[in-house]
Amino acid sequence: MSNRWIVAIVLFAVAIGSVIFHLVTPWWSTEIASNWSQIDLTISITFWITGVVYVALIVFMAWCIYKYRYRADRRAEYEPENKKLEIWLTVLTTLGVAGLLAPGLIVWNRYVQVPKDALEVEVIGKQWEWTYRFPGQDAKLGKTAVRFINSDNPFGIDPKDPNGKDDVLIEDTSVTLPVGKSYKVLLRSIDVLHDFYVPQFRAKMDLVPGLVSYFWFTTKRTGEFDILCAELCGVGHHAMRGRVSVVPQADFDKWLGEQPTFEQAQKDARLRREKQERQDKAREIKRAAKETKQTARN
Amino acid sequence: MADVGTVGYEPVPPAEVEDMELYHPKSFATKYIWSQDAKIIAVQYAGTAVAIGMVGLVLSWLMRLQLGFPEVFDFITAKDYYQFITMHGMIMVIYLLTALFLGGFGNYLIPLMVGARDMVFPYVNMLSYWIFLLAVLVLIASWFVPGGPTGAGWTLYPPQAILSGTPGSSNGIVLMLVSLALFIVGFTMGGLNYVVTVLQARTRGMTMMRLPLTVWGIFTATILALLAFPALFVGAVMMTLDKMLGTSFFMPSIVEMGQQLTYKGGSPLLFQHLFWFFGHPEVYIVALPAFGIVSDLISTHARRNIFGYRLMVWAIVVIGGLSFIVWAHHMYVSGMNPYFGFFFATTTLIIAVPTAIKVYNWVLTLWKGNIQLTLPMLFAIAFIITFVNGGITGLFLGNVIVDVPLSDTMFVVAHFHMVMGVAPILVVLGAVYHWFPLMTGRMLHQGWGKFHFWVTFLGAYLIYFPMHYLGFLGVPRRYYELKDTSFVPDSAHDLNAFITVAALVVGFAQVVFIINIFYSAYRGKKAERNPWKAVSLEWQTPDMPPGHGNWSKDLPVVYRWAYDYSVPGAKDDYIPQNVAPDQVEMEPGRKETAAT
Repeated sequence: MSNRWIVAIVLFAVAIGSVIFHLVTPWWSTEIASNWSQIDLTISITFWITGVVYVALIVFMAWCIYKYRYRADRRAEYEPENKKLEIWLTVLTTLGVAGLLAPGLIVWNRYVQVPKDALEVEVIGKQWEWTYRFPGQDAKLGKTAVRFINSDNPFGIDPKDPNGKDDVLIEDTSVTLPVGKSYKVLLRSIDVLHDFYVPQFRAKMDLVPGLVSYFWFTTKRTGEFDILCAELCGVGHHAMRGRVSVVPQADFDKWLGEQPTFEQAQKDARLRREKQERQDKAREIKRAAKETKQTARN
Repeated sequence: MADVGTVGYEPVPPAEVEDMELYHPKSFATKYIWSQDAKIIAVQYAGTAVAIGMVGLVLSWLMRLQLGFPEVFDFITAKDYYQFITMHGMIMVIYLLTALFLGGFGNYLIPLMVGARDMVFPYVNMLSYWIFLLAVLVLIASWFVPGGPTGAGWTLYPPQAILSGTPGSSNGIVLMLVSLALFIVGFTMGGLNYVVTVLQARTRGMTMMRLPLTVWGIFTATILALLAFPALFVGAVMMTLDKMLGTSFFMPSIVEMGQQLTYKGGSPLLFQHLFWFFGHPEVYIVALPAFGIVSDLISTHARRNIFGYRLMVWAIVVIGGLSFIVWAHHMYVSGMNPYFGFFFATTTLIIAVPTAIKVYNWVLTLWKGNIQLTLPMLFAIAFIITFVNGGITGLFLGNVIVDVPLSDTMFVVAHFHMVMGVAPILVVLGAVYHWFPLMTGRMLHQGWGKFHFWVTFLGAYLIYFPMHYLGFLGVPRRYYELKDTSFVPDSAHDLNAFITVAALVVGFAQVVFIINIFYSAYRGKKAERNPWKAVSLEWQTPDMPPGHGNWSKDLPVVYRWAYDYSVPGAKDDYIPQNVAPDQVEMEPGRKETAAT
């Protein structure tokens, strides 16, 4: 077999092989668990438009290589320009690109506009764990600032803000959400960049220290899903995991009711601190007494 | 179309250039080491870039070992892994590809292709190389300081890059920033040279619209680099200040491992804007020279004029211009104002149009050509396939909403390696097979070359094509290990192992290539003059390899564009650019026709 045969066949095989791989691949998007099936649709549209162009180009090239092989007695066609062909190709490409862009922007427009009935939940990222905060009865999250953060107040909630008192704090990497509800996920980082990423939800966004970013989605089916960090955040990046359980509303309400509010947490922290102080004091007195005894004996 | 084809002319005498203008080396050291000859500087640049590139290649093997066989290689810790990915990325993008295309190919080809004796500022050109070398040495030094090199990812995003949770945040990051600043200083010296040489030192008759596309690609890329690198430079300076002096350009109030830091009010997003304002043009700084070079390879080896030359030039210029208003497509999920997404998705997808035109014109150059399947041609064809593949996945990532699920996954890794790694490197390889005879007077070994080509092309395709699908699955990038992740099936781990094996094989093939270069430089088959029967000026020098000063006493005079292949009526299927119309050998009984 001559060279041109081999090259043409290999090119053809690359094109067809890629299509077959795409059709039989076991590696594909996880089953969606949010409202963003339109994102999957835009991916399909992009695959169709670009896939056809890709295969057509390679097959055309393979054919050219076969057909226009070098012969010393033949000459290539001398054709510096072909305006008509170039205009046609430009117009068709522009149409194809518009066909990709238009649906993309329409869906993006939904992505950036949070529905009015969306509930709020805050995700807080720090190296290398996730915690969460729900607004309490007042449906309002309390203000936060980095300067309020200390061991008693790891969320940095403003103790003077009345809205923050009933905020429900989840100091755990696992969180629970009710099914069928829209959530505006507020994203806050207290150290470096992170990214709240649940593949089944399709949506994601970075957490940026110094500002609160957000995205929204609607839970569509129950289940347990992995939360990953998708923005390099240091040496523990790959271990910054969490889990989100999507459950029926009643289960969610029960779960949420068992979690401490900021007020309780502060109280607990104060009690804990006071207890610690009492213990320290007692220990101190004991030690002092012991020392006195020792001195007395000497 | 006055400049396209062979048209009537008025004879002009060659420009007279006084001998004094050229610096003449006086010793071995000034000829080969402290050289001011662009051709030697090109080899110095390319040699240094390839040497550090081999380090980058080995780093990629190490991280592939970890990804393919986690928990097997104990000596690779998470800290090492993040240092590997960071250094691999930075080395390949900046110190290999940018330096190789502009410092290597730019230096070698620009003076020869425009018909100049040398770059216009030879001394500055020499300095450019030595500062580049210094930048590389500073980069290497970061392995030998406490804490090792930075592991912040090649994007060096603060606050992470300068906080203690990241490897190398004490010394490595500072050396990285210093090295980048040095690189930019060195590059600016070279870059000004390339631009001024193209604008001012073209020989008589060499109008801009007669330049080979290689020169157009390198010229435009250099202008992009001169405008884009300053953004990185200031970013590097500001981050150094944040790190060393405690300023807060990029640092808001932060709690680090339970401790309140003194930073206040800075913006991490500001760095990302600065980085990508450089970073996106950087993609085209690598791609445009590749576009140019591959156009010339295809045209020469298909014995056909490049299809739609003027449109090709305009496409390069338009792509270059647009590349400055698309940067935030790297930041769709960065937390910036989401309404920016509309603008940047639109500009990004518009770039697809001139880029697609370039692809069509390469393919249409093959169409009705007289195709010789030489090694440069094979690499050019492989480039088209991998570039189209990578360009198409760019349409996924550029289209803001489609980017949301795919960003920060292996899909992105597969995309940018295909479009910015594999595709340009295939052009580099093709270009080496093409110009090696000019540089050494010998041919590279064909059999080894074929082996090298097939393993590299098919191997790289097998590495990166399936990798996209891991991204669809949701496998995140920059993960030291996946461990148990509920949505990742075992088969994905098998695929990772397969990719690792393929990467090792492809890497091995590059070793064969480098042996081929050294072997053929001394023992290779002697090349005849202008072995590919090319028309551009670099092949028309009085000596091959071209001597000091490139040309004999007279500079060449250019009468035609750089693509007069298979001109109807001419006896040979090529007419070099410096052959006057009345000297073209015609087929018996034909006068040259003005092809317009």
